[in-house]
Amino acid sequence: MDFFKRHFLVPLIAVLGLIAIAYLGVAANLQFVFGVVIPYLAVLIFFEGLIYRAISWARSPVPFKIPSTCAQVKSLPWIKRDLADKLDNPENKWWAMGRMALEILAFRSLFRNTRTTLLRHQEKPEDSRLIHWSYKWLWLGALAFHYAFLIVILRHIRFFTQPVPHWVTALAEVDGFVQFYIPTVYITGVLMVVALLYLLARRIYTPTLRYISLAADYFPLLLIISIGITGILMRYFYKVDIAAVKQLAVGLATLKPVVPAGIGSIFYVHLFLVCVLFAYFPFSKLMHAPGVFFSPTRNLPGDNRWNLHVNPWNYPVKFHDYMHQEDEYREAMIEAGLPVEKEK
Amino acid sequence: MAKLPTPAELIQINYQMPSKGWLDLKAELRPGYYVNAAAPKWMQMIDYPFPRSWNVADEDWQLPEDWKERVLQGMEDRLQRFRSLKLFFDICVRCGACADKCHFFLGTGDPKNMPVLRAELLRSVYRRYFKTAGKLLGELAGARDLTDDVIKEWFYYLYQCTICRRCSVFCPYGIDMAEMTILGRELLSSVGINIDWALASVAQCYDKGSHIGATPQAFKDMVDFLAEENERITGITTPCPVNKKGAEILFVVPSGDYFADPGSYTFMGYLLLFKYLDLDFTMSTYAAEGGNFGWFISHEMGKRLNAKIYEEAKRLKVKWILGGECGHMWRVCNQYMPTWWGPIDFLEEPVSPITGTKFENATVHKMVHISEFTADLFKHGKLKVDPQRNAHIKLTFHDSCNTARGMGIFEEPRYIINQVMPEGHFFEMPPNTIREKTFCCGSSSGINANENMDIRMLGGLPRANAVKYVHEKYGVNHLGCICALDRATLPTLMQYWVPEMEITGITELVANALVFEDEIERTTDLRDRPLAGFEEADEEEGAE
Repeated sequence: MDFFKRHFLVPLIAVLGLIAIAYLGVAANLQFVFGVVIPYLAVLIFFEGLIYRAISWARSPVPFKIPSTCAQVKSLPWIKRDLADKLDNPENKWWAMGRMALEILAFRSLFRNTRTTLLRHQEKPEDSRLIHWSYKWLWLGALAFHYAFLIVILRHIRFFTQPVPHWVTALAEVDGFVQFYIPTVYITGVLMVVALLYLLARRIYTPTLRYISLAADYFPLLLIISIGITGILMRYFYKVDIAAVKQLAVGLATLKPVVPAGIGSIFYVHLFLVCVLFAYFPFSKLMHAPGVFFSPTRNLPGDNRWNLHVNPWNYPVKFHDYMHQEDEYREAMIEAGLPVEKEK
Repeated sequence: MAKLPTPAELIQINYQMPSKGWLDLKAELRPGYYVNAAAPKWMQMIDYPFPRSWNVADEDWQLPEDWKERVLQGMEDRLQRFRSLKLFFDICVRCGACADKCHFFLGTGDPKNMPVLRAELLRSVYRRYFKTAGKLLGELAGARDLTDDVIKEWFYYLYQCTICRRCSVFCPYGIDMAEMTILGRELLSSVGINIDWALASVAQCYDKGSHIGATPQAFKDMVDFLAEENERITGITTPCPVNKKGAEILFVVPSGDYFADPGSYTFMGYLLLFKYLDLDFTMSTYAAEGGNFGWFISHEMGKRLNAKIYEEAKRLKVKWILGGECGHMWRVCNQYMPTWWGPIDFLEEPVSPITGTKFENATVHKMVHISEFTADLFKHGKLKVDPQRNAHIKLTFHDSCNTARGMGIFEEPRYIINQVMPEGHFFEMPPNTIREKTFCCGSSSGINANENMDIRMLGGLPRANAVKYVHEKYGVNHLGCICALDRATLPTLMQYWVPEMEITGITELVANALVFEDEIERTTDLRDRPLAGFEEADEEEGAE
C-alpha cells in the first residue's frame, strides 16, 4: 500500500471503527458507559492534556525576541506607519496583542496567501515566468470551518443549561433564519461540513498537499466530518428524543448523571465521536489552537533595539579579544600607521 | 565540479511529486546542490568538535561513535531552551500555505524543499524519540528512526534553506523554518558536520577580524585604496580613520563592502558621505566585520563573532555605533545583539551630530542603521544632491530578506532612493515579490560557494524572474539593495538569468548624487561610467 493510501485509509477505518464501537456498545446496553463514563473521562483527558501541554511549552523559555516583521518597523518619527503596519510589526505589547487578535480572529497570515506557478515558455524556456497571485480560498475555507464550528459548539450550550441563556437562543435563531425546512436548518452545521469537505478535498487532490499529509491530518478531518454528519442526521432525519438528550446533558453538566431510556443509537455514536475528539485534542496537531498564542514570531513586539529582552540562560562565550589581534600583528600594524595599545 | 546547465536547461523544473512517500525516499545528494564539507583546520580554529577530512560524496561520513546520542541529547537540550522549537515541532497542521513560498521549492520542485516538509525531516525524528504516538505507531505517526541517511538528508536540505523567513510570513501560526534550520545545523555541527564555505568565513572572522581573513594592515590598505579611488574620481579627499580612540562613532560594515565590487562602490559612498558631513568616526581592524556567518551555523557562534563590535566600541571609547548596509548583520543586531550583551552602559543613546535627531528606536541597542542615518539627513535638508547624476540608472529595489522580515526596514531606503534618483527612474517589482514578501537572493546563510551553483541559481530564480520582469517592462538596469551578501551574490545570479543588470548599494547612489562645494567636474559615476550627457566626451577620450 502506498504512502497516501496508508495515511488516508487507516484513519478512515479508525473512524468507521469508532462508529461501530459506539453502535455495538449501545446495542449491548452500555448506555451508562457511553453516556456518562466516557464523556467524563474525555473531558478530564482534554483539560489535563491541555494544561500539561501548555505548561510544557511555557517551561521552555523564549531566549530571543524574534517576531516576523511583516511591515515597516517603528523608526524615525516622520516615517509613516498606517494601522496595518502597526499590526504587522507591533511596536509594543499592546499592538502585539492586536496582531494576535487579528491572527486568531481573522487568520491574518492566511489572508496574505499567494499561489505561484511557472508559466512555461515553449520556444525560449529561459523566458518562462513565475506568476504570483493572491489566493484566498484556503483562508476562506479555514475561516468558514472554524467560525461555523465555534457557533455549532455555542449552540450546543442549550442542551447543557436549564434555563437556556438568552444569547444562546438568539444565536440559534440567527443561525436558522433561512427557513426552508422543518425543523429549522442551522446554516452553520451545514457550512461546517461543507468547509470540512473542502479542506479534505484539497488535501486529497492537490498533489503537494497529498504528499505532505499524514494520518494525523486525515483523522481529525474525518472525525469532525463524522461528528457533523451524525449531528445533521440526528436533527433532520433520524430524530432522537430531544427531551431525553437534554436530560442526559444537564445531568452531566450538573454532575448528577442520569441515563434516560429511549435515546437512539445515533446519538451515542455522535457523543462518542465528540468524546474521542476531546480526548485526542491535546495529543494532536489540534493543539495549534492554544499553540498559536505561544508563537514567538507573532506574539512579541518588534522593539528589540529600544526595549531589552532578557534571555534567562544567556551565558558567556569564548571569543578573541582585541589584544589577541594586536599581539599577533603589532609590528605590521605599527608599520601601517595603525595606533596600538602597546608599542612592544 | 559539475558543469552548470544553461538557464534554458535549468528552468525545466519538475513540480511533480514523487511516487514514493517522503519517509521512504532516500535523499539523493546531487553535486552542484551542496557545499563541500568543512576542512578540519577551520573547525580547529573555532574549537568545533570532530575535525576530520571527509567528503559529502563519501558513503561513510565518519561520524563519531556516539553520534546518535549526541544528536538526540542536543535536540532535547534545545527543546528545553527554545520554546520556538518545541512549539514549531508540535503545532504544524500541514496546511500547505508555506509550500510554494520557498524560493528553493519554486526553483527545484523538490518536495523536501517545501518548508513544511523540510521541517518534517526534523519533526519525524522528534516524534520517534520524544512523542508517545511516534514511539508506538512509527511511520504511521510520521515518525522515523534516526539513521545516518537522515543525517545526510538534514545536511542536504538544511543547507538548501537560506533562513529567509518567507515561509514564516505566510504561516498561520508563524512557524519559522529559519529557527529550525539554525538549530538543526547546530545539531549537525555537534557531530562534526559543517560546510566549508561558512566555516572558513567564521574561522577567519574569529581569528583575524573579518570573513575574508584580512590582517589589520591589509584592511588598512583596502580602505585607503578606496579612499584614493574617491579622490581620483571626485577630487575629494575622503580619509578613513582606523582604530582611532575617542571618535564619536564606530562605523561597522560587512567586509564584502571593502573587499570586492560592487560592494566597494558602496564603501566609497560611505566615505564620501562622511567626508561631506565631516563626521567624527572611526573604523576598526578588530571589529572589521559586521556580517556574521557564525549565526548561520549556531546561536553561540553568532555571539562569539558579534562580541567584537561592543568590545571595540568600549575600547575605542566611542559614543555610539553606526552600521553599514548589510542584511544578516542587521538581523543579528536586531534580534540577538542587545539580548546577548545588554544592557550597554558604556555607550550613549545615539544622536545624529548633524541634525541633532535622537534615534529613539536605538536607545538600548546604541547602534544606528546607515539608512536611518541618511534618511534623517535628507529629511533635515542636510545633503545637497543632483539626482541627474543617477540619470543613467533605472533602478528597482530588492528588499533583503533579513532587513525585511527580521527587522522591518522598508521605507528608509525607498525614501533615500526618491531623493537621489531622478523622477521616473525608480520602479518596484511585482508586489508579491517585494517588502515582507521579498524573495531571497538564494545564496545567503553561508552557501554562496562555487561548488553549489545549480542550487544557487535555482534558489535565486524567483528573485531574478521578478527583476527580469521590470527589466523587460521598464528597462530597469540596476538592482539596488542594502545587503552585502546581495552585492556579493546577485551579480552572479543576474549574470545568469538577467544579464545587463548591475547591482548597487543605496549609499553608492547617494554618493553619486552628492554635490560637494570644491568638487572637480563630475563626468562619471563612482564606477568610472559616464554620466548621462557625458557619454560622447567619454568616447572621444577613449578615441585619443
